[in-house]
Amino acid sequence: MTLLSVVFYVLAAVLVGSSAMVISVRNPVKAALFLVLCFFSAACIWITLEAEFLAITLVLVYVGAVMVLFLFVVMMLDIDIVQMREGFTRYLPVGAVIAGIMMVEIALVVLSGRFELDNVARPAGQPADYSNTRELGLLLYTDYVLAFEVAGLILLVAIVAAIALTLRRRPETLYQKPSMQVQVKKSDRLRVVDVPSGTRQGDVE
Amino acid sequence: MIPLSHYLVLSAVLFALSVVGVFLNRKNLVIILMAIELLLLAVNINFVAFSHYLGDPAGQVFVFFILTVAAAEAAIGLAILILLFRNRHSINVQDLDQLKG
Repeated sequence: MTLLSVVFYVLAAVLVGSSAMVISVRNPVKAALFLVLCFFSAACIWITLEAEFLAITLVLVYVGAVMVLFLFVVMMLDIDIVQMREGFTRYLPVGAVIAGIMMVEIALVVLSGRFELDNVARPAGQPADYSNTRELGLLLYTDYVLAFEVAGLILLVAIVAAIALTLRRRPETLYQKPSMQVQVKKSDRLRVVDVPSGTRQGDVE
Repeated sequence: MIPLSHYLVLSAVLFALSVVGVFLNRKNLVIILMAIELLLLAVNINFVAFSHYLGDPAGQVFVFFILTVAAAEAAIGLAILILLFRNRHSINVQDLDQLKG
């Protein structure tokens, strides 16, 4: 057993354990934090697979952005955790049976030896001056440039959709209209009251 | 050395766990969204493992696009979630029956 295998099995155990915690903890904030642990150990596994750029992207995009978004949303929602747990045990048998069937099916296919997966030798590893980022960039900007632009478009649509969905104008909120402020005339604001001497203003009105 | 099948089994375990998560958390839409993120992560592990073992970086390009779509999906999903909570004051999946589906 080499050091790499030990690292892989430890990371895999952490990954599976934390994903089990994600789906079973009571508190959504804790679930989000365990999901961070999941993504982090997955990124470490990807580094052992020499996918350095994607591993860093996973940490930056997921741990840095998406999970913070999740945490913000969880904190904005005022939810009753006790009520959340109702039906947890009721759906456990169904979920466990379906997941077990899926697990067994995939394991049967993968471990059957029919695809000779074990004959695929692990590559020797890239030389020290190999740049995963450069390799991906070359592919991304040549063969997959159309897909890359479509991905940018998808992100743009996602931004527009997220803003359009959550933007709301509250009618009771007071805010300034600069165009109205600029166009205001003297007659709109100023009223000249002729007050005879010896009287107070209140008497005239 | 670690055979390729161990990566595939790890990914299958992760996939099955997140499917259980979708089943279990019937009252909490946030955790269902998290389970969907885990599901996509399991698929990505498959892509990266195959890409490494077969020596083809195209698999990593696919992971890149899956990450993009997953980020967009998370943003829109959370926006819909906030909208639902604002209107219904609940993120219980069983309360969401306005479409009568």
